[in-house]
Amino acid sequence: MTSSSIRVGVDIGGTFTDVALEHPGGLATCKVLTNYSQPEQAILDGIAQAAAQAGCDLAAIDQVIHGTTLVTNALIERRGAKLAFITTEGFRDVIEMRSENRFEQYDLNLTLPKPLVARRDRFTLNERMGPAGEVLLPLAEDDVAAMVERILAGGYEAVAIGLMHSYANDAHERQMAQALQAAAPQLSISISSVISPQMRELPRFNTVIANAYVQPQVADYLGRLVERLRQAGVRAPVFMLHSGGGLISVETAAEQPVRLLESGPAGGAIFAAHLARGHGLDKVLSFDMGGTTAKICLIEDGAPKTANTFEVARTYRFKKGSGMIISTPVVEMVEIGAGGGSIASIDSMGRIQVGPRSAASEPGPACYQRGGEAPTVTDANLLLGRLDPENFAGGAIPLSTEAARRAVAAELTVSTGLEVPDAAFGVTEMVDENMANAARVHTVENGRDIEHFTMIGFGGGAPLHACRLCEKLGIEELIIPPGAGVGSAIGFLKAPFSYEATRGLFQKLDQFDATAVNAALNEMEREARAFVDDGARGAATTTRLTAFMRYSGQGWEIPVSLPHKVFENSDQKLILAAFEDAYRTLFGRIIDGLKAEITNWSLVVATVLPDVVKIARHDSGTPADANREVSFFDAARRAMVAAREVERTAMTPGKIVDGPAVIVENETTTIVTSAYRAIGQGDGSLLLRRKGEAA
Amino acid sequence: MTPTAIDYQIMWHRLIAVVEEQATTLIRTAFSTSVREAGDLSAGLFDRQGRMMAQAVTGTPGHVNAMAESVTHFLREVGAQNIFESDVFITNDPWLGTGHLHDITVVSPTFRNGHHIGFFACTAHVVDIGGRGFGPDGNEVYEEGLLIPIMKFAERGRVSDDLIRMVRANVRAPDMVVGDMYSLAACNEAGDRRLQTMMGEFGIDDLDGLSDFVIETSRKATHDAIAKVPDGSFANTLQVDGYDAPVQMVVRLDVAGDRLKADFDGTSGMSRFGVNVPEVYTRAYACYGLKCAIAPDVPNNTGSLDPFEITAPEGCILAAKRPAPVSVRHVLGHLVPDVVLGALHKAMPETVPAEGASALWNIQISARPSDAQSDLPNAEVLMFNSGGTGARPGFDGLSATAFPSDVSTMSVEATEHVGPITVWRKDLREGSGGAGAMRGGLGQTIEIEPRAGYDIYFNAMFDRVENPARGRDGGADGAAGRVELTDGTKLRSKGRQLVKNGRRLKLSLPGGGGYGAPGARDRAQVSADLADGFITWAQAKKDYGYEG
Repeated sequence: MTSSSIRVGVDIGGTFTDVALEHPGGLATCKVLTNYSQPEQAILDGIAQAAAQAGCDLAAIDQVIHGTTLVTNALIERRGAKLAFITTEGFRDVIEMRSENRFEQYDLNLTLPKPLVARRDRFTLNERMGPAGEVLLPLAEDDVAAMVERILAGGYEAVAIGLMHSYANDAHERQMAQALQAAAPQLSISISSVISPQMRELPRFNTVIANAYVQPQVADYLGRLVERLRQAGVRAPVFMLHSGGGLISVETAAEQPVRLLESGPAGGAIFAAHLARGHGLDKVLSFDMGGTTAKICLIEDGAPKTANTFEVARTYRFKKGSGMIISTPVVEMVEIGAGGGSIASIDSMGRIQVGPRSAASEPGPACYQRGGEAPTVTDANLLLGRLDPENFAGGAIPLSTEAARRAVAAELTVSTGLEVPDAAFGVTEMVDENMANAARVHTVENGRDIEHFTMIGFGGGAPLHACRLCEKLGIEELIIPPGAGVGSAIGFLKAPFSYEATRGLFQKLDQFDATAVNAALNEMEREARAFVDDGARGAATTTRLTAFMRYSGQGWEIPVSLPHKVFENSDQKLILAAFEDAYRTLFGRIIDGLKAEITNWSLVVATVLPDVVKIARHDSGTPADANREVSFFDAARRAMVAAREVERTAMTPGKIVDGPAVIVENETTTIVTSAYRAIGQGDGSLLLRRKGEAA
Repeated sequence: MTPTAIDYQIMWHRLIAVVEEQATTLIRTAFSTSVREAGDLSAGLFDRQGRMMAQAVTGTPGHVNAMAESVTHFLREVGAQNIFESDVFITNDPWLGTGHLHDITVVSPTFRNGHHIGFFACTAHVVDIGGRGFGPDGNEVYEEGLLIPIMKFAERGRVSDDLIRMVRANVRAPDMVVGDMYSLAACNEAGDRRLQTMMGEFGIDDLDGLSDFVIETSRKATHDAIAKVPDGSFANTLQVDGYDAPVQMVVRLDVAGDRLKADFDGTSGMSRFGVNVPEVYTRAYACYGLKCAIAPDVPNNTGSLDPFEITAPEGCILAAKRPAPVSVRHVLGHLVPDVVLGALHKAMPETVPAEGASALWNIQISARPSDAQSDLPNAEVLMFNSGGTGARPGFDGLSATAFPSDVSTMSVEATEHVGPITVWRKDLREGSGGAGAMRGGLGQTIEIEPRAGYDIYFNAMFDRVENPARGRDGGADGAAGRVELTDGTKLRSKGRQLVKNGRRLKLSLPGGGGYGAPGARDRAQVSADLADGFITWAQAKKDYGYEG
């Protein structure tokens, strides 16, 4: 896209639909309430508002880029198609048996999430492929015909097909799908060898089922959206942001909606990645805190870390294992139940606990005075002087300090004997501990040292908490970008077109078969390129090849980056060296005497991102003018401190304010603790740096 | 700075994160599959008296009490005067560690400003420890592998070459085992780094005040919870299969005010085979079961574990004496919660579940070429599988789910890449859940066949074949387990056996017991179970009186 083009990013979230419109004159943004019955209406309203702000004609828009949590919500709320699942005899219950473990060890009344397809709607075929794709038991035509009859008789809207080892040989899945399609052309059919052709039956079956479950609804919604945009005079093509952080055509999205599950949060990570490139930062921890949850993502060398599996629709306090494991490419994020609305309570040992229950936006924190009685993180922040009661959300929501005090006093002081200010401090400290601990564990799991990262904080809650989080994590530098409230929508505008093709192809490395690998890679590249060409024919592209490898006998694999080339059998040395490098980075050592093996491959084709404008760094400058003196509770000092209050608009490039300081704007408030100093940057960001010893 | 109550709360919270990081480091770096896949490890922080302050929540509860006690053994054996900075201690003594030789425990003293302030300890299951390998067939612990007495793995930072050479010479996978010993030491260091940062942040130089706060707060919360259990004496007996003769597990709970004692007097004597359980492991699972029902929210530390006073007479199968074989102590260990919860039910009705399959059905498969002269390589395959859990007062049991252990199964597709077997079936075992107002969880059926050119040997360590999980309050028993070939040939439930090429092994895992009279089950639920095939028509009629 040229710099003169007009592009609009639209993110439908649970509460708000965010719009960011990029035009030659700059960026126009707005928020409108999400419309649950007609999500496309909010999009039209938002685009019209943003276009009016920018003074541009709807017909002049060149691209609409869309991401949404609607697909995830459909899964969580179980509003999907009447669905049948066809699988191999003997494996009818894979999705119900899950991993056979419990995600909460001490709860005798634990309940597991119900599978998306009830057992009565799961059917089996007498057939079997072996691990190398060899046919162990052929699929008889009669059995296929009988299954077609059964499905038709059942009145299903959609069918998912997942057979054992179909990533190695898809013939039986295709045979079954073709017979169904011939008999019922209108039926929505998803097959696992297309949707997620990777080894491991549980994630593959879950993924094809999730896809089939939401497909009719998503296709219908996207069709309506395109139609309504056209009627409104928007002639631009529509693209979707997928979970892996790239764009695909709306047609691809309608066929593979499971790739959209994490599209909203992925937009936030792309936003942070774009900033990281602009600021020349190669190790970034993105921290996105909203009203209910906080999300953490590692961004290295300007790209968010991605993974091949993730969990959606967690049913139990965001606990690992309580959701559905899905295998499609995804920006890897840790999500914790920590936000402004998180509710504080006292446990059986008299300790303050925060979250994951949330007062959300309705009824909201006690200080909103909209019926919320429980003390929340926002109430605690208010009591600690970190929020201005007169000027919250630009004065739109007056906050009641008295209501906050009452809630904290009633719920947190009676059984503990704490004073209100101590309890409020305990609430914010606990929520900050929760987030800091999650961030630290995530970096440890990835073999990284968090001290060497720069944090980028966005979302309504991050500017309040990020500086304290940096103190806890030993992080020296923090960036609070402008437009933090619509970060995901802005991120959509910074994403490349990309498609990640995956393939299960098991090989022991000492029997590396280059011919088979090259054939698979060619096919994967063709597949990925076709999807990218849908949106960006002729654009310059890059490819990224990853092998998933392990030592023989290990239960799981690590991603190993490899050069994308035509392999020869002798390349096993090169591959082994790359594996050992990756293994050493993650685990600190390699294991002599063991053989390596490859399980899955992934190939990404992506358009080349335009060069970012490098942002000149301001490390020093002149003091910013303060509005007035206020005071807030500085957690590290355990004391109220006198602080300068500065308007965000006064923090122009090179303007400095030393902590303790409060930087205010309509959307949010940035707390600069005593240990940090804020410096305005060229792109409107705030850079918070730990003061030197001298300061 | 003198820490306030809030500071102590925050530090306690942080300690949990410190030990989680310690455990994460171990999971990442350990080679052993059962550590990575099954979470068979533990990690914790202790004060300088050897009292446990915090423990990571990991996959298996078997280490809970076991590790909590182990550090006091190290203190006694090493002697306070012989503890130096950068020392690392080690043992795999089943009676001083966590119950069998495969678990290695490593304890590292931690210092601040030259003063000894506490210990980090961790335990992990290693892939091999020599001897006969992992199985129940040994008759003395000497046959089960190398026993490392409590000793120094490193003194003042210098690793003992003698120990390393001794271990390397005695185990089948020396690189992995020695590597895991280093991983254990490294995870303690990771925990220590984080602890030191915290102490700097809060300005404390020792752990004494924090330890008292954590332990006394937890002790009080646990005693308060126990005080809610009605007073009295409550006994229960559970008969399980054992190796070659049935085992009676007998417990009596004595509850008086805020004190609770559990004693296993009356339990059967030891077995000649490796199903015996050292007392420390019995205590771990008994405590786990009681804690789930009485004080599930209190984190594990000396204060929350001490109030459960658990004893078993030395020489019974749940307090095996040296040199008894103890390799597969997990089978009976996993059944211990069923016996204590059954007793607790008499004190606290409508709280605990019915009995479940409980003991994991691990299967260790050795694939060997049918023709010994062929070039085909040998292969080893390990599978973890679970039966059904008991129904709860308000909920059905969980089908094919690990309780009390918390061990994950592996993908069949991945397993078929590991060794030359075909798993033809791994699905729910219809009709195996005990009938009840709340139905027991279903077991599962597994069929395994050697691939062309191979026979398979498997090491059976399965229970609840002769003695099914009992229902509660009128609920029916779950289905008993079965071990057979698909042609109907019956096999033994313990010990090594052969499946020749062309035959298929069929394992039918036990279901959980039902809760409450089946007649009281919601009719809509019976009809739904029928539509889903969780129960058969015959059962619907016979057990539930359901006529459609």
